Amino acid sequence: MYSTTYHRVSSVDEAVKLLGDCDEAALLSGGQTLLPTMKARLAAPSDLIDLGRIDALKGISVDGRSVKIGAGTTHAEIHASKEIAAVCPGLHEMTGVLGDPAVRHMGTLGGSLANNDPAADYPAAILALDATIHTSKREIEAGQFLVGLFETALEDDEIITAVSFEAPERSGYEKFRNPASRYAMCGVFVAKSAETVRVGVTGAGGDGAFRWEAAEEALAQRFEASALEGLSLDPSEMLGDLHGSPEYRANLVRVMAKRALAKA
Amino acid sequence: MGIEGIGARVARKEDKRFITGKGRYVDDMVVPGMKFAAFVRSPHAHAKINGIDTSAAEGMPGVIGILNGKQISEDGIGDLICGWMIHSKDGSPMNMGRWRPLAEDRVRYVGDAVAVVVADSKARARDAADAVVVDYEELPAVTGAVDALKDGAPQIHPEAENNLIFDWELGNGEETDEALKNAAHITEMKIVNNRLIPNAMETRAALGVYNAAEDHYTCWTTSQNPHVARLVMSAFYNVAPENKLRIIAPDVGGGFGSKIYIYPEEIVCLWASKRTGVPVKWVADRTEAFLADAHGRDHVTTVKLATDADHKVTGLKVDTVANLGAYMSLFSSATPTYLYASLLSGQYAFPAVHANVRTAYTNTAPVDAYRGAGRPEATYVVERIMETAARELGLSPAEFRRKNFVREFPHQTPVIMNYDTGDFDASLDAALKEADYEGFPARKAEAEKRGMKRGIGMSCYIEACGIAPSKAVGSLGAGVGLWESAEVRVNAVGTIEVLTGSHSHGQGHETTFAQLVSGRIGVPIDSISIVHGDTDKVQMGMGTYGSRSGAVGMSAIAKALDKVEAKAKKIAAHQLEADENDIVIEDGTLKVAGTDRSLAWNEVTLAAYTGHNLPDGMEPGLKEGAFYDPQNFTFPAGCYICEVEVDPETGRTEIIQFVAADDFGTIINPTIVEGQVHGGIAQGIGQAMLEGCLYDAESGQLVTASYQDYCMPRADDLPSFKVSTTETPCTSNPLGIKGCGEAGAIGSPPAFMNALTDAVGHNDLTMPATPQSVWAAINGTTPDAFA
Amino acid sequence: MSNVTMTVNGREVSGEVEDRTLLVQFLRENLGLTGTHVGCDTSQCGACVVHVDGRAVKSCTMLAVQAEDSAVTTIEGVAKGDELHPVQAAFREHHGLQCGYCTPGMIMTAIDMIRRHDGDLDEKTVRHDLEGNICRCTGYQNIVKAILAANEEMSGMREAAE
Repeated sequence: MYSTTYHRVSSVDEAVKLLGDCDEAALLSGGQTLLPTMKARLAAPSDLIDLGRIDALKGISVDGRSVKIGAGTTHAEIHASKEIAAVCPGLHEMTGVLGDPAVRHMGTLGGSLANNDPAADYPAAILALDATIHTSKREIEAGQFLVGLFETALEDDEIITAVSFEAPERSGYEKFRNPASRYAMCGVFVAKSAETVRVGVTGAGGDGAFRWEAAEEALAQRFEASALEGLSLDPSEMLGDLHGSPEYRANLVRVMAKRALAKA
Repeated sequence: MGIEGIGARVARKEDKRFITGKGRYVDDMVVPGMKFAAFVRSPHAHAKINGIDTSAAEGMPGVIGILNGKQISEDGIGDLICGWMIHSKDGSPMNMGRWRPLAEDRVRYVGDAVAVVVADSKARARDAADAVVVDYEELPAVTGAVDALKDGAPQIHPEAENNLIFDWELGNGEETDEALKNAAHITEMKIVNNRLIPNAMETRAALGVYNAAEDHYTCWTTSQNPHVARLVMSAFYNVAPENKLRIIAPDVGGGFGSKIYIYPEEIVCLWASKRTGVPVKWVADRTEAFLADAHGRDHVTTVKLATDADHKVTGLKVDTVANLGAYMSLFSSATPTYLYASLLSGQYAFPAVHANVRTAYTNTAPVDAYRGAGRPEATYVVERIMETAARELGLSPAEFRRKNFVREFPHQTPVIMNYDTGDFDASLDAALKEADYEGFPARKAEAEKRGMKRGIGMSCYIEACGIAPSKAVGSLGAGVGLWESAEVRVNAVGTIEVLTGSHSHGQGHETTFAQLVSGRIGVPIDSISIVHGDTDKVQMGMGTYGSRSGAVGMSAIAKALDKVEAKAKKIAAHQLEADENDIVIEDGTLKVAGTDRSLAWNEVTLAAYTGHNLPDGMEPGLKEGAFYDPQNFTFPAGCYICEVEVDPETGRTEIIQFVAADDFGTIINPTIVEGQVHGGIAQGIGQAMLEGCLYDAESGQLVTASYQDYCMPRADDLPSFKVSTTETPCTSNPLGIKGCGEAGAIGSPPAFMNALTDAVGHNDLTMPATPQSVWAAINGTTPDAFA
Repeated sequence: MSNVTMTVNGREVSGEVEDRTLLVQFLRENLGLTGTHVGCDTSQCGACVVHVDGRAVKSCTMLAVQAEDSAVTTIEGVAKGDELHPVQAAFREHHGLQCGYCTPGMIMTAIDMIRRHDGDLDEKTVRHDLEGNICRCTGYQNIVKAILAANEEMSGMREAAE
């Protein structure tokens, strides 16, 4: 890790101010991606602004079916929430298979979203849940928030504060892990509301997480796995790497969608 | 025997320190004034070094010194060597290129060490190493052995024309060709044995301390064989003469072969300590381990199996190209030759076997012995083609094997080995029963109803451990003897220290070796200490690899114990006024057989040290040493059966059951043996299903350079294995031990692949059979990235 | 440089560290608590797992300064004097270790696992929850066995206490 200067802040305003004052500052939330990247000397922020002690960023509130989760809430806390398990089993499931137990104790919702790793799990969830990303400046719809690989709509001095959504009637998540890294080689989040079905896909898309609209339409007609038979994705729009070719990933999206549906 | 003797399930003595965080590994060592090394490594697979500019790095905070290959040459440090001479079939010696501890004019693989920075912290050493500017002139590179041998391939060493190190053969070519000519059926396969990266959980490390006042060096290092390290560093690398060099291998976090070799880094730490005047510690990070540890396997083989009309195998012909990487590591030449081709007769009475092996330099990390070393590669060839031949002939794989088993011992194979004992039917029967082999068709049908593909496969392996005798291995080209030493020191109060040349890095020697002594003398294992891993404490020894510590290391202890017992009996006989031949040692007592006259063990040991009442002419004291040189290899063997279920939609393979029935001869501690088998199978399944080392063919970059891409077996990849043993004691050592450390890694890859190809329905799969490649094999689509 | 203060194994400690110092470096190099190990650079092997404020975390993926004012427990702080923690005892009893290098992280993960699942563990769950801990020696079989046995033992102790 290159040398860096650490700052602990107690409010979002303080963090925003520091972001402006520092040369090349990075926000540190759970650090489960940022610190390994810095250890590999692939990132060299001059300053680290630790959001870990800002109480306002923590906590889960469930009001009826309205859910709001603070950006600093850990994956483990979301997974352990009985209220989340009751209203959104898909998110409960997802936060139990994301990373490993020790990573889940540190990693946060906001940290993961801000990084927008194409193999992370949350992007599939926020797309399927039609979530709103609350920031220090504004509210952003999930579809607008995710811009591309490791890219979001966040401005340089903008900090995610919370994520909110209306819990769907039914939800399910299934992923196929990269055998080595255990990140999602394909993760599919299916959410059904009164009128619509939304299918969020992560790990597979060449431009990052995406909604599989053909599947959404088919499932809106008939919310069962057989509705997906005959659907296919264009491999040229998929990611390809050592562990999964575009063709393989295109196949996995359909298979994982069927299995997510079975859990929903 | 007793409750702590041979055969007892004793909990390990060494565990207390490991479970309380009190293990002492190299990186835990702290000496006054200690500083830290970071290596500058080549980012290119093949390049000329035109210059090294350290000016920016030198002024950085905490930097003490930056040293390079020119300086290490000036100081007379020698080339790294390969310790086993192989001659090509034309009689010429192998073509060994030079390997400098720090590359001086050329780098030959990504990770080749070029310079070292010593600084006052690890991070500052790394900061400065990153600031060293090396002027490289890139050269074309080649990473595959088959490609490296082609005309026009990039030339890696001037000493090895066309990158060929040797072209070697074993067995009878004419008889084998004759068998193929007259065969009723020939099975032919192309078999790739995938390259692996060992990945002991503790990375390699070294702490070099030069004491100028005494002109003496000490090196704490992660070694499986500290004495061999001292010998080689002294005799070949000119680091220091043996009497001025102490090597300590404390607790070592796994080895699997990768810590046998003496690498550049420990030499450099010792040398740099003298050059800079400070103790120098280096600890590899995991990426360095991936780049610069010796890798394993990496064979490409074509094989033909001839059978007659009665389904007897009449000949096996093997042609192998093995990748040895950019430099010849310490035992790299022995692994694909004498440790490989000599096992190609398997458990079978093959009348004719011929193997031709060509080895090549490539622009990749050096390749050397990794758990099993040559024997997994041989077993994979034999057991994949036996299974395939059975399928082609429409025979039960078990019955086809049975038809060809060796049943009379000793058995001389066409490829050197003389099997002393074995009962291959017994392990096959045991495994078939445990696996409910007969019930498989019903299980397959049930799986089919769920849309899943089931397969079952077996492997009947044999391997050779305790390579020996020294005279024989010397005649085959070994640069060292392969005996082992022991010293048994009995204290005046009767407690015992055993000094052994074996090294424990997970094997549990502190327990099993004590069990041997406890069983013989009858003192509790708590009164017995095992001392190892320090050249200043222990007499010359050869270390731990090749499943040799039981068969060879413990035999040396047994031999030393014979001498101790003989002397103790003489003392007891003298004091009890009996004939020494009538004295027996039982439960810590020396008795006159058939009488009630006896002396306690500690009465005899005290007498040995007081010297007040010893037989005339006897020296006081009770301490004996022995060097044990085996008369033959040992031959562990067994049968493994694997049953898998494949999800055709994803290609994911689940291991439904894995059965191992092994014959290790005498077993000292069944719990520890089971643990060795579990670990070996996990590594074998890792090779077959998960682990693939991949270099980019164009750039020579290591693609799988972290756990993000190199797939280590996790707990949820594996089932609980069903392991059992049958026992035919080895006849060539006093304890009947055959060895158990490598069997799991040897027997399991073909069992898994035979099961998987059975499930998929064709043979077109290579290791590692990742979900993607299995899915492709089922659907006939994308090529496998690892193939 | 920063000054950092935390409680480690029940004792308040402090030290001067570079901001980039990882918690594992602080434990090993400043405090000499070398039971916590480092086995990879990518936060995957789990040899470095310790408990921070009662939860298992990877001490190679946390800065020492992040642990300011926290309570840290390492493998050295798990036993009560000479009395081994049931998980430590089970690892020995069931041969859940060979070279010992991954063992401290495995034990810290296992203690956390048993706490999180409140006694409700089976083989599948244990194997899943060991995702972040790599062992190269044991094939995991006896680690799984040890964790299940310790879980049983600790459930029995809890019931007896109730």
